[in-house]
Amino acid sequence: MNRLLQLLCICLLGLATTTVTFGSEGALMQAKVDLSNRESLKNGARIFINYCLSCHSAAYMRFNRVGQDLGIDEDTLKRDFMFGTDKPGDTMTVAMRKEDARDYFGTPIPDLSVIARARGADWLYTFFMTFYRDPARPFGVNNIQFKDVAMPHVLWELQGLQRAVTEQETLPDGATVERITHLELETPGKQSPSEYAATVQDLVNFLVYLGEPVQLQRHAIGAWVIGYLLAFLVVAWLLKREYWKDVH
Amino acid sequence: MNTAARYFFALRDWVDDRFPMTQLWNEHAARYYAPKNFNFWYVFGVISMVVLANQILTGIWLTMNYKPDATQAFASVEYIMRDVPWGWVIRYLHSTGSSAFFFAVYLHMYRGLVYGSYKKPRELIWIIGMFIYLTLMGEAFLGYLLPWGQMSFWGAQVIISLFGTIPVIGEGLALWIRGDYVVSDVTLNRFFSLHVVAFPLLLCALSGAHILALHHVGSNNPDGVEIKKHKDEKGVPLDGIPFHPYYTVKDLVAVLIFAIGFAWVVFYAPGMGGYFLEAANFVPADPLKTPEHIQPLWYFTTYYAILRAIPHQLGGVVAMFLASSLFFLLPWLDRSPVKSFRYRGWKYRTALIAFVISFLSLGWLGMQLATPLYTWIARFFTVIYFLFFLLMPFYTSTDNDKPVPERVK
Repeated sequence: MNRLLQLLCICLLGLATTTVTFGSEGALMQAKVDLSNRESLKNGARIFINYCLSCHSAAYMRFNRVGQDLGIDEDTLKRDFMFGTDKPGDTMTVAMRKEDARDYFGTPIPDLSVIARARGADWLYTFFMTFYRDPARPFGVNNIQFKDVAMPHVLWELQGLQRAVTEQETLPDGATVERITHLELETPGKQSPSEYAATVQDLVNFLVYLGEPVQLQRHAIGAWVIGYLLAFLVVAWLLKREYWKDVH
Repeated sequence: MNTAARYFFALRDWVDDRFPMTQLWNEHAARYYAPKNFNFWYVFGVISMVVLANQILTGIWLTMNYKPDATQAFASVEYIMRDVPWGWVIRYLHSTGSSAFFFAVYLHMYRGLVYGSYKKPRELIWIIGMFIYLTLMGEAFLGYLLPWGQMSFWGAQVIISLFGTIPVIGEGLALWIRGDYVVSDVTLNRFFSLHVVAFPLLLCALSGAHILALHHVGSNNPDGVEIKKHKDEKGVPLDGIPFHPYYTVKDLVAVLIFAIGFAWVVFYAPGMGGYFLEAANFVPADPLKTPEHIQPLWYFTTYYAILRAIPHQLGGVVAMFLASSLFFLLPWLDRSPVKSFRYRGWKYRTALIAFVISFLSLGWLGMQLATPLYTWIARFFTVIYFLFFLLMPFYTSTDNDKPVPERVK
């Protein structure tokens, strides 16, 4: 019977080590998510509120929850993180109407509350890093990770503008296509490339937090739950051993 | 006897005169004699029960805050995750519970295959169990629509359209199930009703019947011998021990070990890397945008692989239906006099191992993109899957079974 068990375990392990992929373009850059870094989350929140929250909503998230989780008192929250007439208990909505957004951008603007759970941190990181100049697009930029994205490069003043370096590739049937090999900075922005990478890192960090705020507490609570169950298991095991002494 | 105890026994007798309380307790626990040689594989029944209780309890609390409305459903789930105190843990217990339910039920069924638990006199236990399994699949499918994400919507769209492939009545049937020409608010409302009321009632009733039937004939065991054949002068099976306290304490240990694994998923990996909660389901349902890949959750992928392996649409649907229901016939397909794997001959052993490999491989293939190579591999395993059942009368009747001992070892 042990052999059967082993066989089953091996099969299950085999299943567990393969990962599900959700169609993406090309290799992803690695985001280093660190939710224990409060400063990074706070900076991410600032970037998010300044640059994203004018068009994108995070309609399932409340301002004061961000304050509570990231240790920002209400006065600071109101002064540095909130604009307009919102109250701390309000959700992060935007004034732009859905129909207007469709007119301006040709597509409704997605809510970002759970975007990190839908796209993944690496996807988001790559997306923010791979905008490049493309005069053919309405806003003059395109994106490698999200081809023909309807969004302008909102962070361009920080990053500057990148240019796509291409090369000719000849396909087996003789046709030639132009393929992007890499991006290079054409017009520098306010931040150096490494500063910009850190900014994007903070933003992605915040988006991951935003996708599931309870992540900050969940692990600690889990340790207590599992600790309790382990203690209970020891007692239950001793009880079982005591009762089963007289079964032969 | 002190006063408190006297009052306690008086109360017990008062109830017993009016309701068979002590009698039920004795019949199903204190004097239900179970074989003393249950092993690891015999814990998944009670684990399924625990998961069922978990699903019902967490479901009650989810229902208090969930809105079965196409414009509010997605948002109400996020409301539960963020604004409802402890809502996130209730939700993760429920979403993890659905995968855990299938995990436990699949291993429970596998135990049945290994030790011949479906064989005479336990045919009805097996058949009731199969109805539980099919109801559970329905329950999971109905519940998966409720978060109203992209995969909820398109998964339901695909599965309901399968009914549309049935000749003559198909289109009408699909329309009747949806209540609309596409999956819509109407569909969400009725799925909610079925998921929260009808199917749970059915699951509880069937589970009750499953246990009643089991306690009527008595449990099988890893040696596949009938312990009721050898009883002492009081009519107690010689190889039996009272379910309570022996198996209640043993099952408690098993349930706790299971609960530790379960809690680990809930608190450290609630999405299980996309296996329990899919990334695409964090995008709200959009009837105008079909996702790149539509695939069911892991517990359905074996059947999904079979569906895709058959080049004919109706044929695929029929094969999928057969693959999940051929288990019903096992008590009659199996012609061997031996129950347990331990005393079976090489033919059944080989067949079962081949079946398990096919089941798991198809489950894996159902999660992959259907490339031509994978499709051919899926066809190969589909054939083996069906041969396990179709050839069973032949290989089990001619197998070189070993002699079965008279008593439990």
